[in-house]
Amino acid sequence: MSNYISENKIEELEIKANEARELVIEMLTEAGSGHTAGPMGMADIFTALYFHVLNHDPKNPDWAERDRLILSNGHICPIRYVSMAMSGYFPIEELKTLRKFGSRLQGHPERERLPGLETTSGPLGEGLGQAAGIAYGARMSVKGGSASGGDKFRVYVIMGDGEQDEGNVWESAMFVGKNKLSNLTAIIDRNNIQIDGMTEDIMPLESLRAKYEAFNWHVLEVDGHNIEAFVDAIEEAKAIYEKPTVIIAHTIPGKGIPEIEFDYTWHGKPPKPEEAKKFLHELRTLGGKIKSEHQ
Amino acid sequence: MINSDAKLITDLSNPEMMPTRDGYGKGLVAAGEKDERVVVLCADLTESTRVEAFKDKFPERFIEVGVAEQSLVTVASGLANYGKIPFISSYAVFSPGRNWEQIRTTVALNNVPVKIAGHHAGISVGPDGATHQALEDIALMRVLPNMIVVVPCDVIEAEKATIASANNAKPTYLRFGRDKSAVFTTPETPFEIGKAIVLRDPASAGQVANDVAIVGCGMLLYNALVAAEELSREGIECMVINSHTVKPLDGKTIIEAAQKTGAVVSVEEHQIAGGLGSAIAELLAKNYPVPQEFIGLQDRFGESGTTEELIKACGLGVTHIKDAVKKVIARKNK
Repeated sequence: MSNYISENKIEELEIKANEARELVIEMLTEAGSGHTAGPMGMADIFTALYFHVLNHDPKNPDWAERDRLILSNGHICPIRYVSMAMSGYFPIEELKTLRKFGSRLQGHPERERLPGLETTSGPLGEGLGQAAGIAYGARMSVKGGSASGGDKFRVYVIMGDGEQDEGNVWESAMFVGKNKLSNLTAIIDRNNIQIDGMTEDIMPLESLRAKYEAFNWHVLEVDGHNIEAFVDAIEEAKAIYEKPTVIIAHTIPGKGIPEIEFDYTWHGKPPKPEEAKKFLHELRTLGGKIKSEHQ
Repeated sequence: MINSDAKLITDLSNPEMMPTRDGYGKGLVAAGEKDERVVVLCADLTESTRVEAFKDKFPERFIEVGVAEQSLVTVASGLANYGKIPFISSYAVFSPGRNWEQIRTTVALNNVPVKIAGHHAGISVGPDGATHQALEDIALMRVLPNMIVVVPCDVIEAEKATIASANNAKPTYLRFGRDKSAVFTTPETPFEIGKAIVLRDPASAGQVANDVAIVGCGMLLYNALVAAEELSREGIECMVINSHTVKPLDGKTIIEAAQKTGAVVSVEEHQIAGGLGSAIAELLAKNYPVPQEFIGLQDRFGESGTTEELIKACGLGVTHIKDAVKKVIARKNK
């Protein structure tokens, strides 16, 4: 049993994560383009972050002491948008504007359009460096005695696993390791797929753990669908102050809808309307385990 | 006649020689003293990009990232996002050359005030050869929305540009050279980002109508001034304009010069494609088309050699500028 999250809270978050998946399917179907596998696979982690881990205020997105969540693999933004809407940054109805002209919910997230995003992202490999800059800046400010809230928050950065192919990731991983930025926690969505296929076929990443350890990081591995295990890892990371921590979160791409789970072809496409109907039914009945759809 | 408002050195024939990068180093210290948010990041080129003085004075605000230009700019983006004013220092072929997309996304689109100092730009890098001579960096930076592009003409202007960029709250590219070049402005010479300076203006002395406006940036402006003086003795009168800010271009000053002279020669130590000359051509094509000649690299790389040898070989010398002026006059009068 976790010391950091109650069983009731876990149950509440699991229900929320399922709601988040429904919203992801609905918004992607409405958009007619976008990425499905990643957002579905990361629904549990985003729900845990927005509703338990992060110290944030949806009504005051620029609050100086907020935890920073940097989304490096910007293409999974639908789940971030859903988590933001569910926690009150903007109305749920706005999710339907995803990828549409004039929307604040751009196909890949843009910092200047929507408060609370922290960075503009999409081109891979760039989030870790930006998170490092924020973490470094925060630490400088504390040293300098500036009252900028730098000691009050943590920096989280989410990266994809396919993204680990990028050289920029390792340049920045060296920088974070060198500077022992323990106020930064990286989370890697280890779902083993990328656009062209399985990560180990396209460009093998293993041993990912050994790679980060060699770069002077503390490495944790969790089941990315086990909210309790994830929250425990987040708390462990806070206690490691000699090194930055990376949590390798093993997830199932497309999690929640059996026919798309593990299938890399769902990386970059949305459900068609008739598929969406079926997928939503599966989510609402937990894959047929319960008879009537909750609403 | 030299425009007295430009407050240039009195004897243009014998200027002191100093590299513009020295002005960057001095400007950084001044900017750092004025504003504690100023931080400097370097990619293993501390001495040659002249950031040692800042490092010695503000060690806690100096960040070494190693030979990693993509990390250099993304880390700087994060620092700017947090409220710092980061200057990133490397050679222009690597930054903004190698890390262009990171600059596009995490600085320009993100719209955070990172200052990109591209050093060893132009062929005056000399013996290091073509690999290290950035001739495309102005083009790379001026196509980015939100980006300010400044090319100082000498060490004094370089210092002013560095200090001014710290305060402009915008993504900014600053271009510096390696070799010593003529110091022909003075501390009293006006400098404001976005405001071109008329260095020579025959009309102000009540002479006959000007023939050509030479508009340039960077160290070659000295050659332009020398060319203008020599041409004056041949009865050809040139305006010389220091367009140190390539973006946003000072459209008003340049259009007025085109109206007054009816012909333009652009001068820059850069490929003629995409640089200051292109920016001027775009401006004038839309507002006041006049014949234009382009001094710059004519779609070729540099090579090893002394600055003097390379200036000659690449067509950037005083004689080349004079030839271009005569050619554009012939086109104007056709």
